[in-house]
Amino acid sequence: MSDLMKVSSNPHVRSKVTTSNIMLCVVIALLPAAGFGVYHFGLRALLHIGITVATCVLSELIYELMMRKPVTVTDLSAVVTGLLLAMNLPVSAPWWMGMIGGMFAIIVVKMLFGGLGQNFMNPALGARCFLLIAFTSQMTNFAYDAVTGPTPLAQLRAGELTNNTVFDMIIGNTQGTIGETSMIALVIGACFLIIMGVIDLRIPGSYIISFVIFLILFGEKHLDMSYIAAQIAGGGLILGAFFMATDYVTRPITKKGQYLYGIFLGVMTGIFRLYGASAEGVSYAIILGNLLVPLIEKITMPKPFGKGGEHS
Amino acid sequence: MGKLTFHGGIHPYDGKELSKDKPIKAVLPKGDLVYPLSQHIGAPAVPIVKKGDHVLTGQKIAEAAGFVSAPIYATVSGTVKAIEPRRVVTGSNVESIVIENDGKYDEIEYQKPAPLENLSKEEIIALVREAGVVGMGGAGFPTHVKLSPKEPEKIEYVIANCAECEPYLTSDYRRMIEEPEKLIGGLNVMLQLFDNAKGILAVEDNKPDCIAKLKRLTMNNPRITVKGLKTKYPQGAERQLIYATTRRAIDSTKLPSDVGCIVDNVDTVVAIYHAVVEGKPLMNRIVTVTGDAIADPRNFIVRIGTNYHELVEEAGGFKKDPVKIISGGPMMGFGIFDLDVPTTKTASALLCMTRDDVSRWEPTACINCGRCVEVCPGRVVPSRLADDANRGDEEAFLSHNGMECCACGCCSYVCPAKRPLTQSIKSMRSIVLANKKKK
Repeated sequence: MSDLMKVSSNPHVRSKVTTSNIMLCVVIALLPAAGFGVYHFGLRALLHIGITVATCVLSELIYELMMRKPVTVTDLSAVVTGLLLAMNLPVSAPWWMGMIGGMFAIIVVKMLFGGLGQNFMNPALGARCFLLIAFTSQMTNFAYDAVTGPTPLAQLRAGELTNNTVFDMIIGNTQGTIGETSMIALVIGACFLIIMGVIDLRIPGSYIISFVIFLILFGEKHLDMSYIAAQIAGGGLILGAFFMATDYVTRPITKKGQYLYGIFLGVMTGIFRLYGASAEGVSYAIILGNLLVPLIEKITMPKPFGKGGEHS
Repeated sequence: MGKLTFHGGIHPYDGKELSKDKPIKAVLPKGDLVYPLSQHIGAPAVPIVKKGDHVLTGQKIAEAAGFVSAPIYATVSGTVKAIEPRRVVTGSNVESIVIENDGKYDEIEYQKPAPLENLSKEEIIALVREAGVVGMGGAGFPTHVKLSPKEPEKIEYVIANCAECEPYLTSDYRRMIEEPEKLIGGLNVMLQLFDNAKGILAVEDNKPDCIAKLKRLTMNNPRITVKGLKTKYPQGAERQLIYATTRRAIDSTKLPSDVGCIVDNVDTVVAIYHAVVEGKPLMNRIVTVTGDAIADPRNFIVRIGTNYHELVEEAGGFKKDPVKIISGGPMMGFGIFDLDVPTTKTASALLCMTRDDVSRWEPTACINCGRCVEVCPGRVVPSRLADDANRGDEEAFLSHNGMECCACGCCSYVCPAKRPLTQSIKSMRSIVLANKKKK
C-alpha cells in the first residue's frame, strides 16, 4: 500500500440518504393517487402525466446543456415537479397544457432562479397558478365520463349540498384534478413519506387543523361535520398539505417557522375558499406562503444550545 | 422520566462489535518513538534533553512551558536521536523529540506519593500537572487547568465522561470492563479536590455491562452515582453530556465550571489515578485499532510515541486495501494520508476503512430539507451557517450563532446533498477566532 490515503475534514462517514432517493420516495408516494387518477379519469390522465413529466425533465436537461451547467436531472426533482403538475390538471385539459405548464415550472420558476434549492416558489404550483390565470376556462372545466360536472367544493361554494357522499370524497369518486380526488390514496402516500422520514406532520398538521378551526369560526355552517369533511376531502387540501406545502425548498427550515407557515396556509386557504372568487384556495395560499418564507425564517431563527434552545 | 439525553444527534453505524470483546493487549514498540512537543492545547513543551542523551522509561524529556501546557515523558529507554519537525495526524509538521528504542525498557524509580487522604488539594493538582495529564478524549486540554477553577467550592458535579459515543471506539469500554477500580479511583481523587461535589459516571446505555459493574463497585460510595444515558452521538460532547446529566446548559462562551461541573473522559480519569495514586506520569493510552480493512481489530495499550505502522502490524495488518485511515473516530477524527505518524496523548483509535463516504458523493445543491437543523446538538441552522461561511459573511455567521457549533459533524453526516457543512462552519469559526485575536 504505497498509495496515499484519501483525506478529508471530519466527519468521515455519511448517511445513505441522498437527494435522489428522497425524490424517489416522493415519486413513489405520489403513485397511489396518480394511479387512482388514471383509474378514475381514464387513460387521458396517464397521457397528461407522461407529457408533464417528460416536459419537466427535458426542459431541465436542455436548459442545463444550453447553459453549460452540470446536468442534474438524475436527482429526480424534475420528475416530482412533473408528476405534481399533472396531478393538478383537470383531465379534460388540452394535451398541450401540461407542456406549457412543465416548461413554465422548470424554466421560469426553477432554473431562472438558480435551479434546485434556489426557487422561491413551488414550481408545480407556480405553473398551476400561471395556467389558472392564462387558461381559466380550460383549467376549471371538470369533465369526467364526458359529462361536465361541478367539483364538491364548487357545489359547496354555490350553497348547494354536494351530491357526493363523504365516502365518495374519501375514496376519490368525485370531480377534481387528476391527483386530488382520492383522499385515501393521498394519505397512504403521505404515510409512506412520514415513515420514510421524508416529511413530518408539522406543516400538514398545523395547516389542516388551523383551516378547520377557521371554518368552524367563520364558515356559514360552523360545526356541521359533513361540511367540514367535504372541505377537507373534496378539494386539493390533502394533496396541497402533504405534498406541496411540505416541499423542502419553499417551506421554512426552522421548526417554529414550519408551524407558523402551516397556520398561515390554513387561514389563507380558509379566506380564499370562503370569500375568494374561486372555490379553491390551496394553490394560492401555498404560493403566497412561499413568498413569506424568508420573513418567517427570520423571525423564527432557533435559539442555540445554552442560550435557551436546549429544551427544544 | 425520559432517558438522560439532549435534543438532536444521530445514530450512525457504530461498528463497535468489531473490537468490543477484544481484551486490552500491551504493544511493545520496536522502531523509533516520536514525541511531538505539542500534543495538548496551549504552549508547546520545551525539550530538556538533547541529541545523543540516554533516557529511561518514565524520564521527563520536555517541560511544560507555562500554566496552560504539559510536560512529556519518554515511554521507552534509549537514545535521543533527533529533535526535529515530524508529521502528526493533522498533517502538519510539529517539532518533536525522536528516541531510538534500545529495546531494554529500563525504567526510572517512581516516587510513590503519600496516601490520598494525606495530600492537600494543591499537592494533588501539582501531581496531575507534573504527570503531563491532558484531556485524552481528543481535545488535549491540560487537566490540571481544568481542575483549578476559580471557585472550587462551587463545583457540584465531577462527571466522568464514559459515554464513548463515537462509532467504532471501544477503548473506554474495555477500560471500564477491565480496570473499573482505576476509573473509580481517579474519580475519587478528583472528588478530593471539590468538597461540595458529587461524582457521576455517565455511561451510554449500549454498555449495560459497564453500568452494572460500575454500579456494583460504587454501591457503598455515597458520593458517586452511575448514570445511564441514551445511546446517541454526540452524547459525550461536553456541553451535551453536562445537559444530559444535570439539565444545565452552557453556550460556547462559558466553561463547565461556570455551572459547577468538571468533565473528564475515562482515560483521563485513569491517568489522574496513575499520577496521584501511583506517582506515574502519563506514558500510555488505550487505542482501538479497527475498521473493515484491519485483519484482527483490537484494543491496545500503547506507549505514547509508537508509530501507527506498528499498531496496524500488531492488529494482523490489512486484510483488504484501506482507502481511508482515520486517527480517532469517524465523526471527529483526522483523516491521515499515510501511517507514518506517532501515537499521541489524544489518539483514541486508528480506524482503517475500505470505503470513503466523503469522496463517494459529489456535493450538490442544498434542498433546504432541514435534516441538519433536526440533528444539530447546538440547535443552530447548519445549512444557513455554511452559506454564510462560504460567502465569507462574518456578520451573518455571527448573527446566526455560528460560534455555537461544536464541530460534531452531525450536519454533514445527515446532509442528503452531501454538502461538507461541518467543514465550512469550522473554517469560518477559525477565521472569526483568528480575527478576534488580531484585534
